[in-house]
Amino acid sequence: MKSRHKKLLAIGLGVAGLGVIAALVLNAFQDNLVFFFSPTQVIAGEAPKDRAFRIGGLVEADSVKRDPDGLTVRFLVTDTAKTIPVTYKGILPDLFKEGKGVVAEGKLGEGGMFMATQVLAKHDENYMPPEAAQALEQAQKAQATLSQ
Amino acid sequence: MSIAWFKYSSPATFYGLAGKLVPWFGWSAGILTLIGLYIAFFLAPTDFQQGEAYRVIFIHVPAAWMSMFIYMVMAFWSAIGLAWNTRLSFMMSRALAPTGALFAFLSLWTGAFWGKPMWGAWWVWDARLTSALILFFLYVGIMALWAAIDDRRRGDKAGALLILVGAINVPIIYFSVKWWNTLHQGASISMTKAPSMASLMLWGMLVMAIAAWFYSIAVALYRVRGIILERERQTEWVKKLLEARS
Repeated sequence: MKSRHKKLLAIGLGVAGLGVIAALVLNAFQDNLVFFFSPTQVIAGEAPKDRAFRIGGLVEADSVKRDPDGLTVRFLVTDTAKTIPVTYKGILPDLFKEGKGVVAEGKLGEGGMFMATQVLAKHDENYMPPEAAQALEQAQKAQATLSQ
Repeated sequence: MSIAWFKYSSPATFYGLAGKLVPWFGWSAGILTLIGLYIAFFLAPTDFQQGEAYRVIFIHVPAAWMSMFIYMVMAFWSAIGLAWNTRLSFMMSRALAPTGALFAFLSLWTGAFWGKPMWGAWWVWDARLTSALILFFLYVGIMALWAAIDDRRRGDKAGALLILVGAINVPIIYFSVKWWNTLHQGASISMTKAPSMASLMLWGMLVMAIAAWFYSIAVALYRVRGIILERERQTEWVKKLLEARS
């Protein structure tokens, strides 16, 4: 074996070894790397109870309600299996919409109510002009009426 | 080792080749940027959810791609340099680092600008954003390490080692949105599925991405010429070159 091949092998093995170490470390910290918990996880008791955490999911359709003070918002966050009620006092981001993704940070209060201190909109990877979005929506509606 | 392109691993021949290539890549990058920006601002449609603010992707995505790709190229040159002890490989990775750092910074900066109106936060510590920030710190750290070591050969080797160790971060950045739930959205473009984007938006982004490639090649070659001249200044060919100039 030539010395440069030995070196190349050593570099290869070194990088592979580091890869394994990185994979193990990331795996060990899996819980800390999670940016948010889903409603199912929260109800299963996987989320921390005594400190703040984030929940993520979709804002359930027709669930957004504003209190008379005009600032407090109540809505349901769902992962289509379980839902969690959320209250939040403050300004919502532009992309916050029913049926769209949301990530809320806060604590779980009494009765399973999530008291959010910050609400972030989670955007998806779809980019299209409004006409296309409208056409897509109509197609879905047509599909729905057909299957009924 | 009779492959013809090996002769370009000699700094003296590569100096000439790089000099010929720089204007080609430079001008193509300029023209493509103009075309890309025209598509981005005048032809691409408004997004159905984000309105006009989505247009930041025409800078953000190419910059983020470039910052990761340049790092992989640097890792490649570092591995070659360590194994073959070729002078030019280390010079190439030194020439690429500032451009990589620039693109890493651009991706973070434009991302923050977009994040405030869209998500409601300039910055969040999710896996994608954090690993991208680490990439920027790696670039800065590598350049600082080079600057701190006076002995050039030792500096080259130390830098190459750090680059190789840090290379593990690049797949983490890329797959972070798949492996963990993050606030950052998943990839709109991937090998496995059709792009989830209107075609004009996609074209604008791809043209800008190619422009970023050409720009990076042009400035890296330009920079490497400077590095070659500086490092080889004791050699005959550089002395002759300088005499011919003056």
